[in-house]
Amino acid sequence: MSDLSPSGPPTPSELVSPSRRSLLRGVGGAVLLAGAGVPLLSACGDSSSGSDPKTVSLGSNASDAVPKKAFAEIYAAFKKQSGITVDVNTKDHNTFQEQINSYLQGTPDDVFTWFAGYRMQFFAAKKLASPIDDVWAKIGGDFPDAMKQLSKGEDGKYYFVPLYTYPWAVFYRKSVFKQHGYEVPTTWDKFVALCKQMKKDGLVPIAFGDKDAWPAMGTFDQINFRLNGYDFHKSLMAGKASWTDAKVKAVFDHWSEILPYHQDGFMGRTWQDAAQGLVAKKSGMYVIGSFAAQQFTNKADLDDLDFFAFPEINSAYGQETVEAPTDGFMVSKSPKNHAGAVKLMEYLGTPEAEQIYLKADSSVVAASSKADTSSYTPLQKKAYTMISGAKNLTQFMDRDSRPDFTSSVMQPSLQKFLQNPKGIDSLLSSIERQKKTIFASS
Amino acid sequence: MTTDTNMKSPEAAAVPPPGRAPDKKRVPRGHKRLLTRRDRITLAFMAGVPTVLHVALVWVTAIASIALAFTSWDGIGFSSIKWVGLDNFKHLFSDNPQFWPAVEHNIIWFVVLILIPTPMGLFLAVQLDKKIRFSRVYQTAFFLPVVVSLAVTGFVWQLVYNPDTGLINSLIGANKPGHYIDWIGDPHLNLWAVLVAASWRHTGYMMILYLAGLKGVDPSLREASALDGANEWQTFKSVIFPTLRPTNTVVLVVTIIEALRAFDLVFVFNKGAQGTELLSILITNNIIGESSRIGYGSAIAVVLLVISLAVIIPYLIATFRKERQA
Repeated sequence: MSDLSPSGPPTPSELVSPSRRSLLRGVGGAVLLAGAGVPLLSACGDSSSGSDPKTVSLGSNASDAVPKKAFAEIYAAFKKQSGITVDVNTKDHNTFQEQINSYLQGTPDDVFTWFAGYRMQFFAAKKLASPIDDVWAKIGGDFPDAMKQLSKGEDGKYYFVPLYTYPWAVFYRKSVFKQHGYEVPTTWDKFVALCKQMKKDGLVPIAFGDKDAWPAMGTFDQINFRLNGYDFHKSLMAGKASWTDAKVKAVFDHWSEILPYHQDGFMGRTWQDAAQGLVAKKSGMYVIGSFAAQQFTNKADLDDLDFFAFPEINSAYGQETVEAPTDGFMVSKSPKNHAGAVKLMEYLGTPEAEQIYLKADSSVVAASSKADTSSYTPLQKKAYTMISGAKNLTQFMDRDSRPDFTSSVMQPSLQKFLQNPKGIDSLLSSIERQKKTIFASS
Repeated sequence: MTTDTNMKSPEAAAVPPPGRAPDKKRVPRGHKRLLTRRDRITLAFMAGVPTVLHVALVWVTAIASIALAFTSWDGIGFSSIKWVGLDNFKHLFSDNPQFWPAVEHNIIWFVVLILIPTPMGLFLAVQLDKKIRFSRVYQTAFFLPVVVSLAVTGFVWQLVYNPDTGLINSLIGANKPGHYIDWIGDPHLNLWAVLVAASWRHTGYMMILYLAGLKGVDPSLREASALDGANEWQTFKSVIFPTLRPTNTVVLVVTIIEALRAFDLVFVFNKGAQGTELLSILITNNIIGESSRIGYGSAIAVVLLVISLAVIIPYLIATFRKERQA
């Protein structure tokens, strides 16, 4: 802003005799200066962290309190080890995601937080990220094959360093189940029966909040791969299988069956508020990712929290698939401090970095197979077992598919279904028509 | 502002500057000669810079987005722009389940604004114009919602309408299972809920516009109608209101603009979920969001532009024609 100040106060001579001409000249000068100010101002943004070899800039979507603090501790440890300062720009989680396109094309930070899977491959294919095979040459031994697969672009090069992962499952309170004598349901019929029983007992059977439009995708995914299997999920997300397929219709039929047991008023409720129902023991179950544990700020409540895998629907697929979104880091297309960025990525790939994160945020588990699991909470141990025992790992509907499709078609469509489950046939053909348009373009 | 200076500066320049007597005989040939080279350069800058800015920021961008409406582009690199002709519009009109509701909601938005807060603002303005006590306090109180950013307004009302902890549901006990009133999510309710917030704000805006108009009414008109024995309502109906015609024009145009650009309130409220789809939100979701369907979003923007022009142009033409005749 200081660039503009010269145009502000007029010179003394102008003040003494403000003749028309000098006034005009002054105005003209001000316009010129303002015009000149524009490029100067736009240059402001990227001047600070320029070529300093001791600083790496990092764009972060970790805006929630718990992860933000956990990340800060990692960067502090990195500084201690390497002497390189991490200059963090944190943006609101959802905003970061929505602006990612323009962010990566503009002057992005050297390193940025992102998601594994299709969402990462999309930007890698668009050449908005730098390949980091050199980083993986050092850290490769620490990761299981599933993670390596998730970190590669379509061209086979590595673009991503995973930090942690977390499962989606059905969360519940041990004390509530004990009090009412409930048993963990392993099949769909038992699950529906349990919902009925909970309703009778005055509980909200399934906590639910879909104001942000993505939580519903989680429920869809669970029913879909339990009913139709991993391969169908993949093919549906990739735009190959048809949404008008009877298999998809069956997913929505199953969902309709449990919809009456979902928490009322979900369209105006955030996932955090829905989690509060579980904290207050008013809700019996909650289909959500294990980050729900972040809402349990009281230690006793957190210890009481447990989860089970979404029940089996089709015995051909059992409970073999786990939805385990993986978060981590990428390097932007032309980082200003490439050497520093590589060093940071190598550090982020170490078990130490993961352990620092997990200490602060016990709702997730380490992506690395070398991380020390002895300090895990029972919840983390269970999540780790669940993920490492899975036959297939999925990411999430909006991470396994095109973001334009999921955000502009699936989010409103699922909300529409939830409001009016009877109109599913016309809704599915509408989804299919829109899908064809979107997947046909580029 | 820029048009002001552009129009005034030649006039000002027409006045011969002092101390240039020898030039006087040239005056009849036209006042262009009066300008020195420096004057002309200065003026060229003063007219040129705003023109360049205007053309670059308004016309070039508008035409670019019209052109983009016929393409498919993910916003990454210019090489990925693909010409698709009318496809975007075809898909928009036939396949997009959110488009027609959005058009409908924009229209409802306008109708509600013109039917409820506008008369309400006029009523408040008339009351405040009577020089009652504390009128400044009332003015400030009613105008405050206009000053507050719409994003803040949206946030405040979202707290009022929150299904679990919101003010309304807590007061009427509608936050228990089975009794939920989902003001934000229920597609039959949410548009009206958000319109209450929009009207709350628009009333203050209309009040200030009408108050300014009323201050301009010649007091002798009131006096005359009082002498003729007209009561308060008759005076207002037959004397005051007709003199407010220029204000009414402004009010109508402002309300149309407000209805077409309605965005921030809903975006904060529920991101334009089912029931509150608006054209502006569809554009944002398609262009700004992670989706980046820039061509498709531009097509929606073009539709919005056409609607705006279709509404505003005939009205302005009619108004100016009337004024010229008068």
